[in-house]
Amino acid sequence: MTKRLLQLVVNGREREDAVVDHALLVDYLRDVAGLTGTKQGCDGGECGACTVLVDGVPRLSCITLAISVAGRSVETIENLAQGGRMSRLQQAFHEKLGTQCGFCTPGMIMSAEALLRRASKPSEAAIREALSGNLCRCTGYVKIIESVQCACQG
Amino acid sequence: MDTRVEPIPFTALPERSVGQATPLIDGIEKVTGRAHYTADLPASDALVGMILRSPVAHGVIRDIDTSRARALPGVRAVITGEDFAAPYGVIPIAQNEWPLARGRVRYRGEPVAAVAAIDHASAAAALAAIAVDIVPLPAYFSAADARAEGAVLLHDDKPGNVEREVDQTFGDVDAGFAAADLVREQTFHYAEVAHGQIELNCALATWEPERARLISRSTTQVPYYLHLTLAQCLGLDSAQVRVVKPFVGGGFGHRVEPLNFEMITGALARAAGGTVRTEQSREDSFLTHRGRPETDIRLKLGVKRSGEITAVDCEIVQRGGAYGGYGLVTILYAGALLHALYTVGAVRYRGLRIYTNTPPCGAMRGHGAVDARHAFEALLDAMAGELGVDPFALRRANLIPPPFRTLNDLQVNSYGIPQCLDHVERASGWGERRGRLPRGRGLGMACSHYVSGSAKPVHWSGEPHAVVNLKLDFDGGITLLTGASDIGQGSSTLLAQVAAEVLLLPMARIRVVAADSALTPKDNGSYSSRVSFMVGNAALRAAQALLDVLVAAAAKRLNVAVDDIEWLGEGCRARGADRGLDFASVVSAALADGGTLTVKGTWSTPPETQGGKFRGAAVGSTAGFSYAAQVVEVAVDEDTGQVNVERVWVAHDCGFAINPLAVTGQVQGGVWMGMGQALQEETQYHEGLALRPNFLDYRIPTIAESPPIDVHLVETRDPLGPFGAKEASEGALHGFPPALTNAIADAIGIRLTELPATPDRVLDAIVEKRRAERLAEARTRKS
Repeated sequence: MTKRLLQLVVNGREREDAVVDHALLVDYLRDVAGLTGTKQGCDGGECGACTVLVDGVPRLSCITLAISVAGRSVETIENLAQGGRMSRLQQAFHEKLGTQCGFCTPGMIMSAEALLRRASKPSEAAIREALSGNLCRCTGYVKIIESVQCACQG
Repeated sequence: MDTRVEPIPFTALPERSVGQATPLIDGIEKVTGRAHYTADLPASDALVGMILRSPVAHGVIRDIDTSRARALPGVRAVITGEDFAAPYGVIPIAQNEWPLARGRVRYRGEPVAAVAAIDHASAAAALAAIAVDIVPLPAYFSAADARAEGAVLLHDDKPGNVEREVDQTFGDVDAGFAAADLVREQTFHYAEVAHGQIELNCALATWEPERARLISRSTTQVPYYLHLTLAQCLGLDSAQVRVVKPFVGGGFGHRVEPLNFEMITGALARAAGGTVRTEQSREDSFLTHRGRPETDIRLKLGVKRSGEITAVDCEIVQRGGAYGGYGLVTILYAGALLHALYTVGAVRYRGLRIYTNTPPCGAMRGHGAVDARHAFEALLDAMAGELGVDPFALRRANLIPPPFRTLNDLQVNSYGIPQCLDHVERASGWGERRGRLPRGRGLGMACSHYVSGSAKPVHWSGEPHAVVNLKLDFDGGITLLTGASDIGQGSSTLLAQVAAEVLLLPMARIRVVAADSALTPKDNGSYSSRVSFMVGNAALRAAQALLDVLVAAAAKRLNVAVDDIEWLGEGCRARGADRGLDFASVVSAALADGGTLTVKGTWSTPPETQGGKFRGAAVGSTAGFSYAAQVVEVAVDEDTGQVNVERVWVAHDCGFAINPLAVTGQVQGGVWMGMGQALQEETQYHEGLALRPNFLDYRIPTIAESPPIDVHLVETRDPLGPFGAKEASEGALHGFPPALTNAIADAIGIRLTELPATPDRVLDAIVEKRRAERLAEARTRKS
């Protein structure tokens, strides 16, 4: 197994790690970078729990080769709370019960984060479209939509 | 130390905690990514556990040769069924499953061997090196084939492959049908469905060879069952085992039973003398299954013109899968909850649970009763149409007057169906809109109910149903110790609310430590919606016990009678006084004599709620039934058969909403899960091979097609529930599938008798109806 030096920025910090060619981004983040907030809920590209942002764009880290994001900037759920304050989405998901078991939540919030960065007041239809790749089995999505809408207010 | 406390002025107002919309106390960890689920737990020394599965659906194991695998580099343990001391099963009288198959395999995908190795590649190589020699037997993938004459038995002690046959009659059924003005009979078919919890199964087990102790962390809803089963299967004393539940990413019943990978991981850890982590795939979840069985129902109802239900005759056959699991409870639930929602004249129920060569079914949200509810509410709706009676009026003609004993000896103490019906009828605009919507749109309704915990636990040990301990120490913090498993439903939050409410303290003073067998009292676990009711009651009593101690200490310090103490939470005083003790002073007074305080609260179901005396009577019995009614609005595309759910109005009688935010979330999630089953979810097998073991082929609804769900909470204040509360997460699920098909009937005049209502099934029914109409038209023209 050949390894390569992967240089990238994870949550604002430059990293250099030796990774095998076939290492998936989700495994790199969890096992090498120790960022277990990113979850895996399926066997590849089915559920969206592993969603992270690569240069601001949501990507399924379970079907992304780690080496393919060399030189890019990756953001995970751990990057959203800054200076001891949760992000507006995190606060809203917490207060409006956009999270129940919480397992889909990091991926859901990262998809919503990408949406809110490009549209400050998205329509309900836009929210549904942006989150349609993220499965949740607990909420029926009603409070997830309310959480995203709440995060857009004020 | 000077322990004197002078009365001081204070202004603290008592805090109210129940009835307040309360975010989850562990929600911050979930939204920040700090929550550690089993796969996230640090264990850098863990070996990788992997499981080899049977490629054969039914066969005799002639040999499993592990010698080559054992010799490979990096392999630390290889085990087979011979490495276990005993079989297991969630029901003590039906334990016929081994963590790894012994002697026979009974479904494709059944675990047959397992390895632990230093990394994934070594473990995979070891699995590939195991040679399994299985002589195939005839295999059965439907209940009918397994029941056929001459079929090979899956289990030698079960003739006809019948796991359990139920035959119950209450009242004079024939006389009931004779008294009816309309009698109708219908058959229904329901696909098998799966839980689809988003977190993958995972177990992390550590064997301490020096102490001969096992620590298991895993994705479980019931750490107590897992604890018992680990000890039993590994031949250990229970005291050698510790089970800890980390954050769990949903359950829905999948994780009520101890699951094979949990015992396998424990056995691997022991064999390797260290720590093993077994991460399961999504496919593994579907093979481990324990979902809702494929079900056939024949239902006959008799109804009077007044709407009164005079007789019920029902036969239900469930394809149970290869092992016992929860099966006998599932088939009993189907009968017990079929009719107990209404007053009915007489009931005959026959249930058959059949062994087949498919993954074992088990408990799934709405255990046993969801398909039966569909059949009942769908046939009732059709008969309402024939009688010219409004579906709401038909239900209102059969309401239970609480307190009430149903025909099958279930105790009803509170009953919110009337209020639920009134609300959804009004909110949906039923009276004005039904029958007046554009073509292809329709409204349908149904009622449902569910237990707030089974009144008799699986392990009938005579112990209380629930125990909660509270610890109060020098720091003034109260630690609530419970075995109840928070799996996302918010049980830890609810228990903190209950304790805080009794003590009138802010929630911040209560910390919850849950589900660690070394620390917390035993709990029967998170299933059958028991936690709010039973553990809530235990928490209530524990908090009352603590309050008694605190009030007594305050009375002594203030030199007044206990009855003269006015308790205000963060402070207390002699009634009428303007000075008193703050909480810190009360704590120091209470600890002065004996140090750290630990009090206990327990709760058990009253005997009259534990069901009747007939065989199987315990199943369905509960101390409090929840009730729900809902209206579903659909739009049906008659060209494609696509059904869209436009909106749902649901009213749920939860007794009292201790946490209205969580209750609303549970009701929405339950209704939505009913929608998945009703519209699109179904497993599928080809010769026992799972064809949809992933979320692309097994389609759970996405946010794109999920409707608004308007929830209205009805609070009937149950006399036995904590603050009057009852369950909130299962009752409303059952009503969705029938409300959906009733709405489709309203929209396009077709009554579906097979679920899910996929576009192909709906289109087939549309085509069939058009053909029948054309034929009828042609015949009319000819004559």
